[in-house]
Amino acid sequence: MNAKQNNTIAQTMKETMYKLWSFPGGITLAGNKSQSNQETISTAKTPKQLIIPLSQHIGQPAEAVVKVGDKVLKGQLLAHANGAISAPIHASGSGIVSAIEEHAVPHPSGLVALCIIIDTDDYQQWFDCQPLLSDADTAEHSIHNLTHEQITTQIAQAGIVGLGGALFPSAAKLHTAEQKQTETLIINAAECEPYITCDDVLMRRRPEEVILGILLIKKVVGAKKCLIGIEDNKPEAYQALLAAISGYKLPNTEPQIEIIPVPARYPAGGEKQLIQVLTGKQVPSRGLPMDIGIICHNVTTAAAVYQAVYRGEPLISRIVTVTGGAVKHPQNIEVLIGTPIREVLDQVGVAYNKIEKVIMGGPMMGFSLPSIDVPVTKATNCLLISEQGELATPPPAMPCIRCARCSDSCPMSLLPQQMYWYAKARDLEKANAYNVFDCIECGCCSYACPSNIPLVQYFRYAKNEINNEQKERNKANIARERHEFRLERLEKAKQAKAEAARLRKEKLAKKKALDAKKAQQENDATPSDIDKKDTNDSADLIQEAIARAKVKKAQQQAQKKNTDNLTADQQRQIDEANERRNIE
Amino acid sequence: MITGILAFVALASFFGLVLGLSAVIFKVESSPVVDQIDALLPQTQCGQCSFAGCHQYAQAIASGDAPINKCPPGGDNLIQSLADLLDVEALPLDETEAAHSGPIVAVIIEDTCIGCTLCIQACPVDAILGAAKQMHTVIESECTGCELCVAPCPVDCIEMIPIKQTISNWRWPEPQYHTNNQAASTIYTTLDQVLAENTQA
Repeated sequence: MNAKQNNTIAQTMKETMYKLWSFPGGITLAGNKSQSNQETISTAKTPKQLIIPLSQHIGQPAEAVVKVGDKVLKGQLLAHANGAISAPIHASGSGIVSAIEEHAVPHPSGLVALCIIIDTDDYQQWFDCQPLLSDADTAEHSIHNLTHEQITTQIAQAGIVGLGGALFPSAAKLHTAEQKQTETLIINAAECEPYITCDDVLMRRRPEEVILGILLIKKVVGAKKCLIGIEDNKPEAYQALLAAISGYKLPNTEPQIEIIPVPARYPAGGEKQLIQVLTGKQVPSRGLPMDIGIICHNVTTAAAVYQAVYRGEPLISRIVTVTGGAVKHPQNIEVLIGTPIREVLDQVGVAYNKIEKVIMGGPMMGFSLPSIDVPVTKATNCLLISEQGELATPPPAMPCIRCARCSDSCPMSLLPQQMYWYAKARDLEKANAYNVFDCIECGCCSYACPSNIPLVQYFRYAKNEINNEQKERNKANIARERHEFRLERLEKAKQAKAEAARLRKEKLAKKKALDAKKAQQENDATPSDIDKKDTNDSADLIQEAIARAKVKKAQQQAQKKNTDNLTADQQRQIDEANERRNIE
Repeated sequence: MITGILAFVALASFFGLVLGLSAVIFKVESSPVVDQIDALLPQTQCGQCSFAGCHQYAQAIASGDAPINKCPPGGDNLIQSLADLLDVEALPLDETEAAHSGPIVAVIIEDTCIGCTLCIQACPVDAILGAAKQMHTVIESECTGCELCVAPCPVDCIEMIPIKQTISNWRWPEPQYHTNNQAASTIYTTLDQVLAENTQA
């Protein structure tokens, strides 16, 4: 497609008659997308070793079901979901589980997490996949015949999570959407962050997969409307989706899928911003899109749903944009989850001596990797390898001059200057009152700030601290309850002991009193008799004891027969022995 | 004039009666200030403030018998919130007490434990499990790290270890205002090292 054609498509996209709204703030950034979105999607080699983290999603980490030494096939379950909000993890290659241990993972902290490490073999044999449908089935009928249960189970078992960056388990999200009345399904294809083109090429190269995935999600959600929001800087992807959608004529009773171009302005691809642009509705503060009858899914998630239902394949690979000044041939490459980033870079071709930073994600919301010996995960949408001077390191921050450029650029209509003030002073209560938790961390404020204040970092820090304080408070409350319970228990035990002692004393006193009374009575009756009887009794006992002792002595003497007839010599030896014993 | 005086006397005695009665009827058992202070304290029950527990320390603060800077586990944040609550000057942490370094938990070395139950009796939050002549163990999630179990142990088998930092309890560091570049450069050291090796090779 040549540039002129593109321009005309872009023009039609802009003129498409669909009423759009707008979100406040936002910034216009250089796209930097053309470097990487020209080529087809290449496939990365299977590495010698796959490092698959157990926690690649929001919620509880998955629980391993394989042991060290087990042979696993490609697509086999490695760890099952642990709780309602969790996702299973699958082997992205066949081989032998060589270790289940802590390994560095892509995280801003550079810390380690539990990973399953697989030494891959040469065969790369697939596990027995069980698709629900095949490509031969006509779309509308076959999808129509599936139950919601079947689709959500397949999605849950495939370990699909929100691939737009949120990493929330998709099945859990769909489950909630099913229970609530969902009016509108929005598919997020905006991809507003500079450099990243993985969604763009996916839509260009595999539009049918995307559309079928969307139909499946639409079926589960039961939405009355389905909108695909795409930024108007992706005319090819728009065209490809249009062409694909015309292949699936839906019955008139079914709501049609509409593809709506939205103006390219960062962060139009933010969930809340896209909803606002397409429907004019605002997601309530600290609420979810579901509260206003909307559910939003990413376009890559839709493609993963297609893979799960039509191929039976779990989520074991994803398209990663490898771009930036230090990359020789920027491109999109389909990488197996667990492939070390170093091997991806080796394959793509990177000028290592030119590298300044390796960023996972985009330049606005991504983070610098502390090491490249970490695996690609479900979250890795882009690897931005910048060269010196490409992404300017901000000069030292200057004082805030209260110019309000940050609040003008904030897409959430927050007051970053105020939140910054309170976060810096650690007045967390105030920061919270200024709705720091509504911040989507898009980075517009930091970008707009003429004093180079790292505003987003302050908001992340404030959110972290508030959450942590809450956690500590909860822990303190539990500790207080336990301490108070212990004091109560000890008090009770003490009382019980005192009570028992009192009772015993009482009983003793009673008995004494009773005995005394009895004695008194008997004494009163025949005092001399009792005395006589007592003495008689004891005299008898003594006599009996003496008799027993005599019998015993007699027995002992009777046994001593072998010493009766001793010779003089023997007697002498015995005497000597006795003497020795006495000395000792 | 007499009517005026009488009216005021009547009014005064009426209100006096109302106030007096309400003071008796709506009597507050414990001082709410004590509860408010107690809610801020970390509830480790460690006794480092020289009081038997957090509640006693809260009572002492409320009655003015103790300063607000005697709680090492609460640290400066606690002193600040206490100062805000009581509207007093925030004091630096009392350094005579042992410095508190990060969250810690007690761990029993199970090979050495003789099952004497002394630590169980010392634990203020019932976080140690065990019976006489049986091995004891600490319920980690309930341990407040007060160190009260360490001293009574006759075989020194209780160790206080810092809670391990994982991705789930990791927190973003506070941004450094003026040394922004420095902070950034420290983060990238590891990557730099990796790449330095690469260029050499």
